[in-house]
Amino acid sequence: MNLAVATDLDPRDQLVEHLRPLRAFAISLTRNVTSADDLVQETILKAWASIDKFQRGSNLQAWLFTILRNTYYSSLRKSRREVADPDGAHAATLSVKPDHDGRMAFTDFLRAFDALSDEHREVLILVGASGFSTEEAAAMMGVAAGTVKSRASRARKRLAHLLGLAEGEGMFSGVDAVTDAVIGRAVAAMG
Amino acid sequence: MHNQGSKPEQDGQADQIKAQIEENLKRVYQSALVEEVPDRFKLLLQQLKEKEAQKTEVPK
Repeated sequence: MNLAVATDLDPRDQLVEHLRPLRAFAISLTRNVTSADDLVQETILKAWASIDKFQRGSNLQAWLFTILRNTYYSSLRKSRREVADPDGAHAATLSVKPDHDGRMAFTDFLRAFDALSDEHREVLILVGASGFSTEEAAAMMGVAAGTVKSRASRARKRLAHLLGLAEGEGMFSGVDAVTDAVIGRAVAAMG
Repeated sequence: MHNQGSKPEQDGQADQIKAQIEENLKRVYQSALVEEVPDRFKLLLQQLKEKEAQKTEVPK
């Protein structure tokens, strides 16, 4: 790593190297390729226009992710009304047990992930999945590190719940698959 | 951990579930990461660069 060289480069010339992770973050966050691409486009334009605000030598990818998520949330605030499903009304239909081999199917996982709130998807992708530290994620999200940790923990719980895997539900406790499914549905209907 | 009364077996399963959730989260991001970036973004950057070059050229 040669920071002297890195800081000499025009960060605008480095943007192209970050398109892939930026788009991956956008897709993970919006769970919609069209929205993700619009978001990436807007992020590029904003980043280009405000490149002077980028502190050379700091993490360009983190800076771009920050612009992207801020852009996403401000566009959501403008069009919030139509999405009246904060904690997932259709979550009730989601109660998925792992396959008999104990592994959850990825498609089932995606359905549960999609039903999370944007904030929960964001924190789970930033911390862990995309390899940022809690501190880096906190800086990007504009909150304290402790908030990131508690939010991530709530998000994981929520995800487990959507997957029908909430702690203490006694999964695998000897109940056969059919009974388990009925219980799962009953629990979902009550919840 | 304070899940009283849970058998060690269940704790093991909880850990396993946690690990699977982490693994799947990575997969969400990774599966998006391997996707080819549409050319329009590289073109956009090129266009921005060209515009910038014109701007900084010495006016005639």
